Amino acid sequence: MAVEHQVQFDRTIEADEKIEPRDWMPDGYRSTLIRQIAQHAHSEVIGMQPEANWITRAPTLLRKAILIAKVQDEAGHGLYLYSATETLGISRDELQEMLHSGRQKYSSIFNYPTLSWADIGAIGWLVDGAAIVNQIMLQGTSYGPYSRAMVRICKEESFHARQGYAILMALAKGTDEQKAMLQDAIDRWWWPSLMMFGPHDSDSTHTEQSMEWKIKRISNDDLRQMYVDQTVPQAHYLGCSVPDPDLHFDEESGHWNFGAIDWDEFWTVVKGNGPMNRERINHKTKVWDDGAWVREAAVAYAEKQASRSTKIA
Amino acid sequence: MSYDVPIAPGETPDEISVEGPQSTAWPLWEVFMRPKRGLSHTHCGSLHAPDAESAILNARDAYTRLGDTASLWVVPSTHIHASSDPTSMFDPADDKPYRHPTFFEIPDEVGQL
Ligand SMILES: [Fe+2]
Ligand SMILES: [Fe+2]
Repeated sequence: MAVEHQVQFDRTIEADEKIEPRDWMPDGYRSTLIRQIAQHAHSEVIGMQPEANWITRAPTLLRKAILIAKVQDEAGHGLYLYSATETLGISRDELQEMLHSGRQKYSSIFNYPTLSWADIGAIGWLVDGAAIVNQIMLQGTSYGPYSRAMVRICKEESFHARQGYAILMALAKGTDEQKAMLQDAIDRWWWPSLMMFGPHDSDSTHTEQSMEWKIKRISNDDLRQMYVDQTVPQAHYLGCSVPDPDLHFDEESGHWNFGAIDWDEFWTVVKGNGPMNRERINHKTKVWDDGAWVREAAVAYAEKQASRSTKIA
Repeated sequence: MSYDVPIAPGETPDEISVEGPQSTAWPLWEVFMRPKRGLSHTHCGSLHAPDAESAILNARDAYTRLGDTASLWVVPSTHIHASSDPTSMFDPADDKPYRHPTFFEIPDEVGQL
């Protein structure tokens, strides 16, 4: 029976069809997905913090309304992804607990601070931009609920990237001080954004299995190159540079070649020692605890309504 | 990768057990949305909420932010009953290709048919 199931599973993957929640799947496929989708969800949720940091200080009312809408979208993304994770048989409580206790992580990019308004533009353009490259690939992932969540998310992401770039275009036309602020934001966000794609393929131990299961469709290095190729000209359009002395366009390959990534910094942040790791989780757990009364009140209200309607009936 | 997190050298990923404690939180609801009048409601995802009223409000906030919705349904997930094994369930339809109009070859001169 188990062999038969495995054959059916392999055939579905081979045919580029989706695996759905009630299908048999190998334990490793299930736990890899739970880990990946949950950490994707955690990233969306924690990712609200660096941007929310500037909501009260947005330069105009319109920019403020846009930023609120953008941050709200990220909450929505977290929700789609938690729902997708739950279809694999894990409870929301447990996912929440794993984030709060540090048993699961979120993308390291959100462990960097947002120091100026230009950072909000840089995040939309560079961080959401990197997420888009990754998420477009993940629309083709083999697990149905994950793929559908990605389709829904991708529909909302170009708003995020474009509002970010629009912030930067305004700064690029501004005073010398604003231009310096813009360049400084790019200087700080460039390398962490490239790190978002993860270790080199040669050091990425789990990539091969994920590609075989078609959870991932394109490797880390290939995605990173796609991202650099689309992003460098956009930096130049702003009249800015990226902080990489080795960057150059390779006529032969048609790609932008870039310098070495500081993997020590990368692993330091992944292991919990980035500039904002502790603050992000402390804030998350505090808000969860502070919100307990809201959740309790909602349950009390629902129970009261239910007991009233049974009395009437 | 991107929003995923690689396993650091020397670290082992946390054990995941799907037999762990089931949610004590709000019940799960399935959300169906009608994109515009004249179309059916289709499933768009799920969410937790304490009652139907808040499920609809949460569904509005979660699934309709682009203004592309004409109506929402929410159904407690426990009320969804699903068909079983697709291989045996749907095989009565497998040997009836004649149900498809292309099964029949009709000469072009016959015209629209
Ligand atoms: Fe997002
Ligand atoms: Fe986004």
